[in-house]
Amino acid sequence: MPTIISKINTKSQEFADNAAHMRLQVTDLKEKITQIKQGGGEKANERHTSRGKLLPRERINQLLDPGSAFLEISQLAALNVYSDYVPAAGVIAGIGRVSGIECMIVANDATVKGGTYYPLTVKKHLRAQTIAEQNNLPCIYLVDSGGANLPQQDEVFPDREHFGRIFYNQANLSAQNIPQIAVVMGSCTAGGAYVPAMADESIIVKNQATIFLGGPPLVKAATGEVVSAEELGGGDVHCRTSGVVDHLANNDSHALQIARDAISRLNRTKKIELDIHAPIAPLYPADDIYGLIPKDTRQPYDAREVIARIVDGSEFDEFKTLYGQTLVCGFARIFGYPVGIIANNGILFSESAQKGAHFIELCAQRKIPLVFLQNITGFMVGKQYEAGGIAKHGAKMVTAVACAKVPKFTILIGGSFGAGNYGMCGRAYDPRFLFMWPNARISVMGGEQAAGVLAQVKREQKERANESWSKEEEANFKQPIVDTYEHQGHPYYASARLWDDGVIDPADTRQVLGLCISASLNKPIEDTRFGVFRM
Amino acid sequence: MIHKLLIANRGEICCRVIKTAKRMGIATVAVYSDADQNALHVKLADEAVYLGPAPSKLSYLCGDKIIAIARKVGANAIHPGYGFLSENAEFARQCAHNNITFIGPPISAIEAMGSKSAAKHIMQQANVPLVPGYHGDEQAADILKYHADTMGYPVLLKAAAGGGGKGMRQVWHASEFNDALAAAKREALSSFNDDHMLVEKYLTQPRHVEIQVFCDQHENGVYLFERDCSIQRRHQKVIEEAPAPGLSETLRQQMGEAALKAAKAINYVGAGTVEFLLDVDQRFYFMEMNTRLQVEHPVTELITGQDLVEWQIRVANHERLPLTQEQLKIKGHAFEARIYAEDPNNNFLPATGRLSLIKTPNESAYVRIDTGIQEGDEVSVYYDPMLAKLIVWDQDRSTALARLQKALSEYFIDGVSTNIDFLSRISQIDDFKAGAIDTSFIEKHQEQLSSEYKLAYADIVPIAALALLLERQQQTNIAKQDPYSPWSVQSVWRANDNYQEALKLYVNDESHDVLVNSLMSQDRQLFNLEYQQQNYTCWGILDGQQLISSINGHISTSTISVNSPEKVLFTAQGRVRFSRALIDLGLNEDTHHTNNFTAPMNGTVVAILVDTNEHVEPGQTLLVMEAMKMEHAIKAKTAGRVSEFYFNVGELVDGGAELLAFHGEEGA
Repeated sequence: MPTIISKINTKSQEFADNAAHMRLQVTDLKEKITQIKQGGGEKANERHTSRGKLLPRERINQLLDPGSAFLEISQLAALNVYSDYVPAAGVIAGIGRVSGIECMIVANDATVKGGTYYPLTVKKHLRAQTIAEQNNLPCIYLVDSGGANLPQQDEVFPDREHFGRIFYNQANLSAQNIPQIAVVMGSCTAGGAYVPAMADESIIVKNQATIFLGGPPLVKAATGEVVSAEELGGGDVHCRTSGVVDHLANNDSHALQIARDAISRLNRTKKIELDIHAPIAPLYPADDIYGLIPKDTRQPYDAREVIARIVDGSEFDEFKTLYGQTLVCGFARIFGYPVGIIANNGILFSESAQKGAHFIELCAQRKIPLVFLQNITGFMVGKQYEAGGIAKHGAKMVTAVACAKVPKFTILIGGSFGAGNYGMCGRAYDPRFLFMWPNARISVMGGEQAAGVLAQVKREQKERANESWSKEEEANFKQPIVDTYEHQGHPYYASARLWDDGVIDPADTRQVLGLCISASLNKPIEDTRFGVFRM
Repeated sequence: MIHKLLIANRGEICCRVIKTAKRMGIATVAVYSDADQNALHVKLADEAVYLGPAPSKLSYLCGDKIIAIARKVGANAIHPGYGFLSENAEFARQCAHNNITFIGPPISAIEAMGSKSAAKHIMQQANVPLVPGYHGDEQAADILKYHADTMGYPVLLKAAAGGGGKGMRQVWHASEFNDALAAAKREALSSFNDDHMLVEKYLTQPRHVEIQVFCDQHENGVYLFERDCSIQRRHQKVIEEAPAPGLSETLRQQMGEAALKAAKAINYVGAGTVEFLLDVDQRFYFMEMNTRLQVEHPVTELITGQDLVEWQIRVANHERLPLTQEQLKIKGHAFEARIYAEDPNNNFLPATGRLSLIKTPNESAYVRIDTGIQEGDEVSVYYDPMLAKLIVWDQDRSTALARLQKALSEYFIDGVSTNIDFLSRISQIDDFKAGAIDTSFIEKHQEQLSSEYKLAYADIVPIAALALLLERQQQTNIAKQDPYSPWSVQSVWRANDNYQEALKLYVNDESHDVLVNSLMSQDRQLFNLEYQQQNYTCWGILDGQQLISSINGHISTSTISVNSPEKVLFTAQGRVRFSRALIDLGLNEDTHHTNNFTAPMNGTVVAILVDTNEHVEPGQTLLVMEAMKMEHAIKAKTAGRVSEFYFNVGELVDGGAELLAFHGEEGA
């Protein structure tokens, strides 16, 4: 395979400036995550552990196979969304190896508002279940939650994609033989009680965890009956009397051990029909990426430089190199898995869109997973292009992306604007995973463009009313729009709302893609049927 | 002429004899029990014939079977080795009846020395000095005790038919006499089928110095100098050396001549050993004569340059002794260390198990290893726990001692506990280095020998942690269909975080905390370990029992045993046990409560001392087990009663098996 020869001068001042700029953003990200990983804070953590309970991240560490990676999703969920501080939306979710099997793990963090479900907690839980479904991953729920967050009930309870959907999913995932294992390690009240009840197998920690539809205060209010939590819904009751739970554990560690045993008995094997090779590290160091991404987002750069730092041996077999050059398409390997890579090298033209559609068809036909490296301001506009049918050519690419059944993975490495987001497999196009770099921006169009469009409309209104509009007034009009777009297009804003699966360190891109591809292969790749391509 | 030799023994001595026989062009025949089907001695012999079940009574002690085998395969000589039938006059007689040469002394000599009391009587007649003692036939306990009281304590009780410390007890006070006598008699009965006892004055600081003698059938006799076997525990020799340190030429000659006189007194032929106690005042007393090749004969071979088994065969072939007394010279100094399967930290309790690892020092002109074991062998309860002998030689005592220390540090055995570290510690004690030894050396230096010396953990913990990490890596579940999955790499990768894995490990039962950072470099996995505020960058390769480790750039190779949860690292600091701390999984409610009356090891129940439901006092012995020919008393911890014994006397019990049901008394 041809090898990408990097043209980046890593000794240049520009490279150093870029790297310093990116490093700042990565450091900021890591600091945020470090903060978030503290959960509900020292006091809450201490109260939690003083009861003999493990903190949720420690639970996950013990559940995982020793040394296993943990691909956590949506670490920034709910960041600066609510007036309450709800780090990670009070639930930790991600993929890890348990007894040799990649599993989706969802762990409530009781140190954060008692592990109650905010709207974004629900969204994150549902997203985890979607990932499990799309990739055929057994689910392990480490339950320690007070249920729905009552003040937010209107945003949590009634709708289709609200709390009830969790149990709907459990039933339907189970129906697809995607095992549902619940480990009850704390309270599990009201609707929450259905997590273990709906599970295929459940485990409870004695003298610590409880399951009931109504807790002691509710029981007393409703019937006057006075009963302790343990008597009402402790491990003993559920393992000996009610049969709601299958296994009684002595403590958190024991419960997690039982869960590991349960996973080891699932009788699952991974069946892969890919031509896998032994992995080779890229020729260039991953953190070169810091220096090759321009500080100024409007400045173009060659996407092949990024590809060279992600793929095995920096080998990239490019498709239609000379045609539609603003879209780079080609075959490569990541951790030995064959992939088709689609990356933006500028704005999308009709040719690049057609090339993209063609390449997606190739990969779907050959069942080669697709990796999208998004850095797109949009499709070309203008009379000539409209007349050239850019809408229908763009639609071809969108159709191809929408219908391709091979696993798709999207990384937002720069801008993600407008219909470019669609053609490059944005969130709506169901990539198995979507991650953002800290420098990426996402919005319907760039802030400047939006402000320009709105200012143009305003100016026309003013002109119709024969009002004057000074340059200064226009600038004052535009600035808040630009600011809003910048704020709302920021990865933290996006990630807080689960428009993605997380913000990652660009240097980790290869690692993340490798883990994602391997996890996705738990589901056999289906045949693709494309919709009608407008010719 | 001996043309085909059957060796009626097993283990290292059988292998030892085969080696010489092969060199002399004599065909060899081994015999084996059920326990020894795959043993080394079976593999080394030209032929091997099945003898019977594992217990020696049914195999290696069955003289008639062995003679029948010798006749069947056409062996015209039998070498009995040591132990088993080596000093059994009846067996020698049967050999003679069947025209098979018994490689040993005349029957009369075996008989004369077979009973210790008779032997002493003969020696008295021959003017060989004796320790005061009672060697009479009166065996009533009160008579024996009367003699002991008259001699004054301490006294030594010995089985008349005994050897190797079996059926032997020291008695320090009159009050202990009866218990000790009963135990010694029981042991003697089971070991020799004869509980006839002798009582002797017990010298408190004697050295055990023995003389190797050799006589041919032409009335020639020589002594091949002495061996000092003072380093003993429970009357079993542990380290022997030749020549005896500090022995004057005059005394050497006196003792040698006395030994020859003793041999002549019984018309001795072949290899024999006359054991003396050498008192601090340079007086020596005859103890006993062993009418066979001794375990420790190699030290004599190394200082004389002779092959004593070859001498035995030549003498048996009616040849004259190869050398005269004048031709025999002492050259250099030799040590022998006996490697036992036993637990020196637990009263030398014999150990059993599978030898999962054996690595020996390289043999050379200076280092000799006489062994009968191979990796994978099972050390069973049936035979003596001695596994091998390490023999070293050099020009003088101090250089030979340095050889011994080095060779011991290169001798690795795992699967059963051994006394190797213990031997190593003996070899490093100043008094030993100075040759200031006597038979109570081990007792005297108990503290130095048993104290767990302080390990330099900073050198050991990173290697142990690395070994655990590498071992875990080998156990990674790699899906056949997805062999290169990044999920199979134990990267401990976390999104946007440097996850440090807390590794808690136990090193010799002490817990240590290590923080582990896994790093992937281009071609190998690196671990950054943080231990006691120090950082160690490590990588390693674990290949079976070999660990190549690089700790901060210092690359070394160590031997390691990783077959069980508790691993062993053999270091310059000795054998170090280590394991990963287990996570506390809590207690299951229905855990069966046991009173811990379990068998300490595989063995046989030899006595049940209380009746069921009889009231017993704390400390009262309930049951006696015998394993490796040593007794272990199972005692009541509190007052109570035994409602049931799960085994009968004579039954074989697995180590760890519950022996009895005990009910403690309330308020006791």
